Amino acid sequence: MGLTLVFGVLGIGDFAHGDKMGWGMFLAFFVVSAEGANLGFAGGRFGSLSFGWGLVVGLLVAMIGVALLSVILERLVFRRLRAAGGGFFVFAIASLGISIMLRAVIQLIWGPSNFRYTPGIHPAIEILGGIKVKPDQFFIVGVTVLAAVLLYWLLYRTRFGKAMRATSDNPDLAEASGIETNRVRIGTWIVAGILGALAGVMLGLQAEVRFDAGFRLLLPLFAAVILGGIGNPWGALIGGLTVGIAQEVSTQWINTGLKPGVPFVIVIVVLLLRPRGLFGQVR
Amino acid sequence: MEQLIVTLVTFDGAVNWTVGFLTTVSIFAILALALNIQWSVGILNFGVAAFFMVGAYVSAVLTLPAPEGLESYVAGWGIPIPVGWLFAMVAGAVLAVLLGIPTLRLRDDFLAIATIGVAAILRSIANSVEGLVNRSRGLNGIDGFLEQEVSGGGYRWVELAIALVILCAVYWLVTQATASPWGRALRAIRDNEDTAKASGKNTVRFRMGAFILGSMLMGLAGAIYAHRSGTISPLTFSDLLGTFFVWTMLIVGGSGNHRGVVVGALVVGFFWFGTPLIQESLPDWLGSRVFQVRQLLIGLLIVAFLLWRPQGLLAERDRVSRFVSQGVDGDPGDESGSLWKRVRSSVSR
Repeated sequence: MGLTLVFGVLGIGDFAHGDKMGWGMFLAFFVVSAEGANLGFAGGRFGSLSFGWGLVVGLLVAMIGVALLSVILERLVFRRLRAAGGGFFVFAIASLGISIMLRAVIQLIWGPSNFRYTPGIHPAIEILGGIKVKPDQFFIVGVTVLAAVLLYWLLYRTRFGKAMRATSDNPDLAEASGIETNRVRIGTWIVAGILGALAGVMLGLQAEVRFDAGFRLLLPLFAAVILGGIGNPWGALIGGLTVGIAQEVSTQWINTGLKPGVPFVIVIVVLLLRPRGLFGQVR
Repeated sequence: MEQLIVTLVTFDGAVNWTVGFLTTVSIFAILALALNIQWSVGILNFGVAAFFMVGAYVSAVLTLPAPEGLESYVAGWGIPIPVGWLFAMVAGAVLAVLLGIPTLRLRDDFLAIATIGVAAILRSIANSVEGLVNRSRGLNGIDGFLEQEVSGGGYRWVELAIALVILCAVYWLVTQATASPWGRALRAIRDNEDTAKASGKNTVRFRMGAFILGSMLMGLAGAIYAHRSGTISPLTFSDLLGTFFVWTMLIVGGSGNHRGVVVGALVVGFFWFGTPLIQESLPDWLGSRVFQVRQLLIGLLIVAFLLWRPQGLLAERDRVSRFVSQGVDGDPGDESGSLWKRVRSSVSR
C-alpha cells in the first residue's frame, strides 16, 4: 500500500520500497536482538504470540526510522531532481541507486546472515477443520486490516488526505489552490515509510530477517500495485492478497522453485487484458 | 581472488590482469552500448541481466557436447561457436519481442517492472527446472572461440582480441544506426513522442525495433561472456552485476553518447574490478567489507551523477543529422546537456 501511494501521489515508482521494508525489518531486529536487550527492551511474550514488548518498541523505532529515511531521501534527492525537471525515468533510476545503497548498508551492519526475531520453533494451533495457524499470523492479519482502515480514514476523511488526492490528480492545480504540495509530498513519504516499515516487520515475523528479503518482494509488490490499479490503496490490498494467494496455490501444480515467477505472469496478463488494473481509474 | 592479488605483484601478473580486465570491460561495454540504444528511445530496461543470461545460456547449450553423467541440459549439439553467437542474438531478440508486445504500448514504467521481473523469473527457471540448463550446478567446460587452435598461455590475448573486435563492430553498428534516419526518428520519439507521431512515425514500431536491436546485442555479449569464462550458473547473472552495474556505466559515461558509454564502462569497470586489488592493503575493518562498500559506492555514483552531472562524463551532442552542420540549432559548443533538459521536459509530462 505504501508503494502504490508513492506511485500514485508522487508519480515515482519507488524501486527502493522493498529495501526500505528491509530497513524496517532490521531496525526492529536491532531492538529485539542482543544489542537491544542491553538497552532493556527485549524479553517477555504476549500469551501465545512469539514476541513481547521488545517487538512493539522495535516496530515503533522501525516506523519512525523508515519514515525519517524517506523524508531525508525526498529532501536530498527527489526534490532536487524534481526541481531540475526530472521525470519518471530519472526518479526510477535514482530510486534504484538508493535501493542498492540501502541494501549495501544493511549488509555492512548486519552481514549477510539470516535472523529470526525469536529463535526456536513456534507451534501452530488448530482452528476449524484442521487448518493450522500460528498465533503470530492472526496478529499479522489483524495489523494489516487495522492499517488499511487507518489509511482509508486518512485518505478520505481528513483534510490531509484530500490534499494528497488533489496533488495526485494535478499537482499544479493543487499548488494553485493553496495546497502546499511539498508538505503533502513529505507527508506521503512518511505514510509510505510507516507502512513499509510495518510490512517489513510483519514479513520478518512471518519468515526470516534477511538482507535482501525486501528486494525479493519488489516484484510481487509491483504486481499487486498494478493488479489493483496504480495509486489505489484498496486495489493494492486486494491485489496483494490475490498475488499472495496465487503464489501459494500455484505450488499445487508447478515446481516450487518457480513460485517467484507467478507475480510476473500476473503482471503480464493484467497488462495484456486490463492495463489500468482491476480497480484503476481511467486517466 | 588472493591468487589474483599475488600475481599482480610481478610485471607479468600486471599484464595478465590488464588483459583480463580489458576483456571483461569490453563485454560490459557491449552491454552498455546496447542499453544505450534502448535508452535513446526512452525504453527503461531494468532487466539487462535477463538478456545477458539468455544469450549466454543459449550459446552455451548449443555449442556444448551432449550431457554426460550427472549433467543434464537441453541441446548439446556441439555446433560451431560463432553459430552459437548468432543463436544467442536471435534468443535476445525473441525475448525482446515477447516482452515488448504487452508492455511497449503502455506506460513507460511497465516495461521497467516487467524487465526486472523477467530477470528474476529466468533465474528461478534456470535454478529449478531439471534437465534444462543443469540447474544451479551451472554449465561448465564451455569452450572459448579458437581455444583449441591456440596453444599455451597466449589464449588470453586472443580472448581480448575477440572481445575488442566485437566491441568495435558493435560500436560501429550503433554509431551507424544512430546517425541514420532511423536513429534520428528514435531521438525524435524520445524528445517528443507526440510530434514524432504527428510526423507520421509509428512510434511503437520504432521503439520495438530499438528494443530488439539492443536485446540482440545484449544476447551477443552474454554469449561472448559464456565462452570466455567457460562456466556459467544462474548466480552469475545477478541484478547487481548484470543490470545495475551496466546502468551505472551508462549514467556515469553519459547516456546518449556512445563514446561516453565506453568511457563509462572503462571507469566504472576499473572501479569495480580494481577494488579487490587494493583489498590487501586496506585496514582490516574496511578490507573485509570492501565488497559491500563497493556496492554502496555504485549506488552512490548513480544518484550523485543524476544530481550533479546528469549528462555524464561525456555529454550527448545535440545534432539533427550528420548532413546538417552543428550551428543550425544555435550554440553549437554547448555540451551542458541541453538535450537532457528536453528529455526531462518530455518525460515529465
